[in-house]
Amino acid sequence: MNLEVNLAGMKMKNPITVASGTFGYGREFAEYIDLNKLGGIVTKGTSLKLKDGNKPPRVCETASGMLNAIGLQNPGVEYFMNYDLPWLRKFDTNIIVNACGNSIDEYVELSKILNTLDIDAVELNLSCPNVKAGCMAFGTSYEGVKEVTTQVRKALTSKPLIVKLTPNVTDITQPAKGAEDAGADGVSLINTLLAMKIDIDKQRPVLANNTGGLSGPAIKPVAVRMVYQVAQAVKIPILGLGGIVTGDDVIEFMLAGATAVSIGTGNFIAPDTSIKAIEGVEKYMKKHNIENLSDIIGKVQMN
Amino acid sequence: MPFNVKCKLVKKEFLKDDICKMTILAPEIAKSAKPGQFLEIRVVDNIEPLLRRPISIYNVDKDKDEVEFIFQIKGNGTELLSKRREGELLDIMGPLGYGTFKFDGYKNIAIIGGGIGIFPLYELSKRAKNAGVNSSIYIGFRNKDLVMLEDEFKKVCDELILTTDDGSYAKKGFAINFLKEDAKQNKPDCIYACGPLPMLKAVQAFAKEENIPCQISLEERMACGIGVCLGCAVKYVGNDNVNYKHVCKNGPVFNATEVEI
Ligand SMILES: Cc1cc2nc3c(=O)[nH]c(=O)nc-3n(C[C@H](O)[C@H](O)[C@H](O)COP(=O)(O)OP(=O)(O)OC[C@H]3O[C@@H](n4cnc5c(N)ncnc54)[C@H](O)[C@@H]3O)c2cc1C
Ligand SMILES: Cc1cc2nc3c(=O)[nH]c(=O)nc-3n(C[C@H](O)[C@H](O)[C@H](O)COP(=O)(O)O)c2cc1C
Ligand code: FES
Repeated sequence: MNLEVNLAGMKMKNPITVASGTFGYGREFAEYIDLNKLGGIVTKGTSLKLKDGNKPPRVCETASGMLNAIGLQNPGVEYFMNYDLPWLRKFDTNIIVNACGNSIDEYVELSKILNTLDIDAVELNLSCPNVKAGCMAFGTSYEGVKEVTTQVRKALTSKPLIVKLTPNVTDITQPAKGAEDAGADGVSLINTLLAMKIDIDKQRPVLANNTGGLSGPAIKPVAVRMVYQVAQAVKIPILGLGGIVTGDDVIEFMLAGATAVSIGTGNFIAPDTSIKAIEGVEKYMKKHNIENLSDIIGKVQMN
Repeated sequence: MPFNVKCKLVKKEFLKDDICKMTILAPEIAKSAKPGQFLEIRVVDNIEPLLRRPISIYNVDKDKDEVEFIFQIKGNGTELLSKRREGELLDIMGPLGYGTFKFDGYKNIAIIGGGIGIFPLYELSKRAKNAGVNSSIYIGFRNKDLVMLEDEFKKVCDELILTTDDGSYAKKGFAINFLKEDAKQNKPDCIYACGPLPMLKAVQAFAKEENIPCQISLEERMACGIGVCLGCAVKYVGNDNVNYKHVCKNGPVFNATEVEI
């Protein structure tokens, strides 16, 4: 049985990675699981300089999901490269850095640094709904995505570039094409859906930020649909995510057109969700007599 | 070192209609748990409700490998948890939190708790007592009907001061006022607090005024419980170069001077 896939030039022992913002920089999870088993680790969204993030409450639970408005709190790229990266490199897995910024200049500066690091790919976050400037502002249109990606591509010459897309758009294929036309090696989708929860006793939103991003099993059907649509629209490979918990979920995304996947909120259900998902995929392959997992990518047959 | 383990529910009892006490068999957790730490409990083995529920460790019995926790039935999650049966296996992560209650070097301490905030104070009180530390415990409830664990706390301190806001049982008034009064005569080396926010704020202010070291246990909404989602932020005003710390990892116990609540 062969679970290997190749995502945007990155060889992976299996298609299962953990999603940005749900796994920190790996240290906490290493107390519970063997990081060597993962196809890859996508780091917490990392910016040029340290970011404080939003006021609490920053998270709340919803039906089969949760909202977050973390505000991209992170220690900055310098801290990451000095403290986390050397530690992460001890593991036999791909390290993908989720990069975010508030302006094109910031994205470019950050990309220049990332270009020199011992990392396997960059996931460009153009899709965070929780910070005022930047991120999603660029991510919602063909032109916006193309513009940032073009500039970043010039700075990031030696690493695969994966552009992460927001689902908060009318037509997801537009930003996807923007990324492809600007020379991205892949796209990842979806980020969280802009949402809100109201505390009916206080008659105000639960999150201090008022709105936040919805993630978890609740968004999976939306994500599967979007992965399918993007797979029809672009040729570059897709890193699919949104609500994945089990091996069956992974297979569903791959059939829809994802080459690899990320597990995000699922990691909060249990620290070994990602490991169980790999086992689930193996079980499916056995049951359906699949020798090479990559054979099923995009193989859904529409009615 | 935290673990994710399936723990047998050996005993369940209700202290009140809505207050449930559970005893679990958890050798790994019992061996390493420190006072103030908490558990992340999956209330049912399902994806709904999605998130685990944070519940403090109430008591640890190292000889029996048992851990006890007590919770109030608040919403759907704690309701489902209260319906679990003895003999079932609970999926639990713990012991969690690197910020714990510490009493090394203190000879004379004051412990104050309000309502359901008293639960994490028991293991602290017990260990302090065993270590020969002199302690006064102040616990406050709104009224007589809500009073619980009086005998248990009595056994683990030198003096228990129990109050009700309306005077329907024991001393009338807020526990903090009795603590303030006593501290005038006999200044404690440290104050430990857990309870509703107004109480914590009052304790924090008093400790600052009197320049008494103070450790407070905080709550915040959590997703991961282990420091990766950065959800459970608390405003930090101490010497480290950050503006937020996280209740699940850096806490739940903080030095009162280092956090803004
Ligand atoms: C470190 C820590 C220790 C705690 N220890 C205890 C304890 O020993 N005994 C006890 O009775 N309670 C304790 N709590 C509070 C307890 O976690 C909540 O009452 C419980 O999560 C409510 O869940 P629910 O599904 O019944 O309520 P719901 O209101 O339906 O919960 C909805 C969501 O909000 C979250 N939530 C609701 N109230 C709180 C709260 N006060 N703090 C954090 N998250 C909350 C829930 O976890 C859940 O994700 C503790 C909280 C924290 C953070
Ligand atoms: C607490 C939290 C923090 C997140 N932080 C980031 C981030 O820093 N950068 C990013 O691109 N996505 C971030 N995300 C989005 C996830 O990576 C993912 O796209 C989304 O949650 C959907 O996947 P899921 O349903 O499996 O969680 C975050 C999500 C959560 C729940
Ligand atoms: S709950 Fe995730 S960081 Fe504290």
